[in-house]
Amino acid sequence: MSLFEIENLVVEFQTAAGPFRAVDGVSMKVNAGEVLAIVGESGSGKSVSMLAAMGLLPWTAKVTADKLQFNGIDLLGLSPSDRRTIVGKDIAMIFQEPIASLNPCFTVGFQIEEVLRIHLGLDRAARRARAIELFDLVGIPNPAERLSHFPHQMSGGQCQRVMIAIALSCNPKLLIADEPTTALDVTIQKQILDLLMRLQAEHGMGLIIITHNMGVVAETADRVIVQYKGRKIEEADVLSLFEAPKSTYTRALLSALPDNATGDRLPTIAEFLSDDQIFAGAV
Amino acid sequence: MTHVLEAKNLTRDYHIPGSLFKKAKTVHAVKGVSFSVDQGKTLAIVGESGCGKSTLARIVTMIDPATSGDMLIDGQKVDIARESLTPEMRQKVQIVFQNPYGTLNPRKKIGEILTEPLIINTNMKADDRRDKAMAMLKKVGLEEKHYGRYPHMFSGGQRQRVAIARALMLNPRLLVLDEPVSALDLSVQAQVLNLLADLQDEFQLTYVFISHDLSVVRYIADDVMVMYYGEAVEYGSREEVFSDPKHSYTRTLFAATPRADVESIKARLARKNAA
Repeated sequence: MSLFEIENLVVEFQTAAGPFRAVDGVSMKVNAGEVLAIVGESGSGKSVSMLAAMGLLPWTAKVTADKLQFNGIDLLGLSPSDRRTIVGKDIAMIFQEPIASLNPCFTVGFQIEEVLRIHLGLDRAARRARAIELFDLVGIPNPAERLSHFPHQMSGGQCQRVMIAIALSCNPKLLIADEPTTALDVTIQKQILDLLMRLQAEHGMGLIIITHNMGVVAETADRVIVQYKGRKIEEADVLSLFEAPKSTYTRALLSALPDNATGDRLPTIAEFLSDDQIFAGAV
Repeated sequence: MTHVLEAKNLTRDYHIPGSLFKKAKTVHAVKGVSFSVDQGKTLAIVGESGCGKSTLARIVTMIDPATSGDMLIDGQKVDIARESLTPEMRQKVQIVFQNPYGTLNPRKKIGEILTEPLIINTNMKADDRRDKAMAMLKKVGLEEKHYGRYPHMFSGGQRQRVAIARALMLNPRLLVLDEPVSALDLSVQAQVLNLLADLQDEFQLTYVFISHDLSVVRYIADDVMVMYYGEAVEYGSREEVFSDPKHSYTRTLFAATPRADVESIKARLARKNAA
């Protein structure tokens, strides 16, 4: 049995112009200890599908799926309070903008101890000890001192480490990282990715990395799903995706990488592919 | 031949005034940087956030004065701290900013955005301004019907095209591009990079291209300058810098850049299986 399984997920938003389908029949599976990357451009529904699984979408979203299972539990049928015992504990998420996702009004220590109090019910001293341990784990220098800092006193990379520490605080079985390094410099990006990969291997977590950066995919993933406009275009293991992409869209996406530029001009997707061609070329 | 842009030993300090509890402090944002760019060429400036590359962009665009050092544009010395900027100089250098969502006034139509530089810096007639804006829209791959629309009606890539069109309205010699494609998707990024290359060929433009993305830099640049804590630690032609980086920071930067080629994936998977 896989750790996390989605079958035929559809997410629709009610808008003034009628329903808008952000995710259109996406299926995926993640096993324990596996790294899955979801790639796509903005608007491809990669974040929305994960938010739907976490139950974090606003009420305007209509989520339907044939199957939305985590560890054998049906997430769709859960009551909100039951869901909250799983989300944040067994499934954790790292959001895109570390500085915007932390609450500016509270110290980072308060924010990580809040999770430990609610999900694990630790007492004050144990919470503090665990928080220091976690900060140490993600490589924040002077962890005890840092607990009383506010997010604005830390750099973007440090805030992202705090986010990772919060996500890891309850030893999740599945970690979803939504563009974990997009806002960061390449050297910090490297440190954060190395950290995520090390923690994933040590704890045997399932890890879903959402990104639009092909380099990040190449450096981290075991398996890759390519999405476009809410649909799954291709699913393959990382090597065959880069070596021999099957769908026309993936081929176009890879050839648009400046790394792979052969001539003076970069091939662009819109210039030689229409939506119909992209969907027809999906596998 | 004179260089379009020449900088000699540019520095920029920011003074942070002290208070009762804090001592006054001086931040040396740019510490003695020299470089030159010729017509039709692209100089890429690479570095992490806080390394002074955007400060340098502001100096080159004549928004902020340099604290010391000389800057020559078309062989002519510029010092905005001492004398005010003439419209002629203003027309020579234009800038495109990183975030196309934040740099276009949401309450102005595209046509007004494009003609505004002409109203301020030239005495063209309204008809001529309109014709010029229409022609520029087509140059950057937009259509005449977009003239009367508002920025929110455009996608990120289209907005960046508008920002580029606005920068080109005054026929500048030098275009400063401050992370022009970092906010864009991969396929849109390719379109904008192609557009920049086409425009450079057509108008013989000179670019100062600021970026932290080495794969983009390798694609677009003729010369590369790597900055680290306000200093230029490496400066040379693209081939020199990429094939034989001298400074340890440049090597760190290269090592940190994710690689998307099949060999590196194979190597990574092999390491993983061995572990």
